[in-house]
Amino acid sequence: MPRVLLIEDDPSVREGVELGLRRRGHDVRTAATGEAGLSLLREFRPDLLLLDLMLPGMNGVQVCRQVRETSQLPIIMLTARGDDFDVVIGLEAGADDYIVKPARTEVIEARIRAVLRRIEEPGAGRPAVEFHGELAIDRAGLTVAKSGERLALAPSELKLLLHLTAHPEQVFSRQQLLEHVWEHSYHGDSRLVDACVRRLRTKIEDSAGAPRYIQTLRGFGYRFGPL
Amino acid sequence: MSGRRAPRRRRHPFGLRTRLVLAFLLVAAVGCGTTAALTYRAARNAILEQAQDTAVSAFREQVQTLGVTLPIEADSLRDVLRQIAKQGKPRAWRVYAEYGSVRVSSAERPTSTVITPELRSRARASAHGSFQRVVKNGRPYLTIAVPAVFRAHTPADAVHRTGLVLYAVMELDAEEANVEAMVLAARDGALPALAIALIPALIAARSVLRPVRELRRAADSMGRGRLDTRIHAKGSDELADLARTFNESAAALERSVVELRHAEARARRFASDVSHELRTPLAGMLAVTEVLDEDAATLDSDTARAVRLISAETGKLAVLVEDLMEISRFDARAAELHVDEVDAADCVRKTLQHRRWTDPALVRTDLPAGVRARLDPRRFDIVVANVVGNALRHGRPPVTVRVRADGDWLVTEVSDRGPGIADEVLPHVFDRFFKADPARTRSTGSGLGLAITLENVRLHGGTVTAANHPDGGAVFTVRIPR
Repeated sequence: MPRVLLIEDDPSVREGVELGLRRRGHDVRTAATGEAGLSLLREFRPDLLLLDLMLPGMNGVQVCRQVRETSQLPIIMLTARGDDFDVVIGLEAGADDYIVKPARTEVIEARIRAVLRRIEEPGAGRPAVEFHGELAIDRAGLTVAKSGERLALAPSELKLLLHLTAHPEQVFSRQQLLEHVWEHSYHGDSRLVDACVRRLRTKIEDSAGAPRYIQTLRGFGYRFGPL
Repeated sequence: MSGRRAPRRRRHPFGLRTRLVLAFLLVAAVGCGTTAALTYRAARNAILEQAQDTAVSAFREQVQTLGVTLPIEADSLRDVLRQIAKQGKPRAWRVYAEYGSVRVSSAERPTSTVITPELRSRARASAHGSFQRVVKNGRPYLTIAVPAVFRAHTPADAVHRTGLVLYAVMELDAEEANVEAMVLAARDGALPALAIALIPALIAARSVLRPVRELRRAADSMGRGRLDTRIHAKGSDELADLARTFNESAAALERSVVELRHAEARARRFASDVSHELRTPLAGMLAVTEVLDEDAATLDSDTARAVRLISAETGKLAVLVEDLMEISRFDARAAELHVDEVDAADCVRKTLQHRRWTDPALVRTDLPAGVRARLDPRRFDIVVANVVGNALRHGRPPVTVRVRADGDWLVTEVSDRGPGIADEVLPHVFDRFFKADPARTRSTGSGLGLAITLENVRLHGGTVTAANHPDGGAVFTVRIPR
């Protein structure tokens, strides 16, 4: 069962979510502040971080940035603020998904499972490492290198890239990507896709302004290539 | 909601400017006319009197120096008359003499048609003679009658009439021409005066109209919501007073509107803050409802019921708060449209699947493939879910969902087999927290579902209507531009 670290300042939310997830068999540890959460991170080594955006002192976005500097730990943001601005900033900071409070435990758990799930392996007969331009993609080892240098990709970024490169030159709508990569079974938030594409581009493109690998088709969506 | 602006009234055919100018011209015309008339009368009298005074005194003199020998003979009298006729002053005259039945004149005909009987009788009555102005055949004449008298050399110097009356007839054409000339002069003076009067009239009209026009512009601009409109008020006349009054009223209006807006903003912020504040405690509660539901079975019956009630109401409260937040976002105009091109049938199908409305006895569908539309999938999902949910709650299954393209519009129709919507309820179905029956208990919905639907459709630039189908049941029709 996944080990989850929950950083949340409100005691009732902290306790409620912890209780709910533990009942579903998760190993949950909690912290009330960003600073405490970061120190617990090194000790507890969770599989996933549940992070409240509104924290006293160091806020959720700052925690998210700091975690992303050193690790590809899956991060899901909890936000009580429905205003769009916060969400976008959180996604830009490197969160893989977000959950709007209040949420039922089953919803939280479904998101956790979706983020942790490995992308389906395409059928056999494919080479272990694919080359697309300067990119080398190891589907078995789940690593991506550019010009021989390994890239640090967050789970959502890696899954998006694997999904797009599995079907080069095929256009995917944001809705399709939300369903395949994020497993949002309902009409999700296409900003998740846009923010993830932006983060991915800064890592794999030579210039983010003129993307070569992940191309935008206005009004349709995204596709990988043609190179 | 701003009221529709009243249609512009048709302008009076004689505008303020025309009326002002006309009034000016009228005053000028009356002034000129009166002056001209008075001048004319005085001048005319002066000219005519001078002519007739001269003529009368000259004629009298002639008659007095007249040596008439009695008995009167027509021939010699004619000679005398011709003498007198030559002496006419200021102009030539014709002289007539009447003595009993003798009629003699200096002219061709012995009698004149111009002399009136009235003058004849007056001449006989007065010894000094009299005169009369006569217009005959459109020509003015001066007629003078002087009776010839002789003085008896008595101490009393009594004057005795001889019975001989002499008449002079003089044409007044020249004088009349002079008068005519004066009338012309008066008229020719009056017309330029009127023309000149136009200039001050226009200037005055403009000085009145400019503030009036500015006032209209300002009022118009205020009507369009620019409440900070003010007029430049200078001077101390009535128009400046009006402008100042307008400015004061505008300022007062602006103040009250600003206060209202602040109050409204505060109310909206309050609703938004309240719903935000409710989310955190709800997040804790909602996370543990599963635990409650699971363990309720192991508790004694009262506790179990209480626990289930809390769990169920927490769920409803979460929905209500979510809807409140959504409405707050619309009110704060913070709702954004994230448009995507989608297949309408797919969207509706996913919405129904996600809500688990897949039983054909419950929901039937008519979803032709290939109806593409550019819309916000998340919002469209909410619209369809709310309308179908409403039909399932208040109508009777099966509920039918139809999608079709109608030119540039995507039309989504949701009908049920229920009793339909009462006429008095129909205008209010999209109101917030509207309860069709005041005594009705809280429905399973938040009371905001259809209000949110309406806002979402509006955000797309579309319309949503509720009506009753002739075959029974309610029909909701959503039209969104494709």
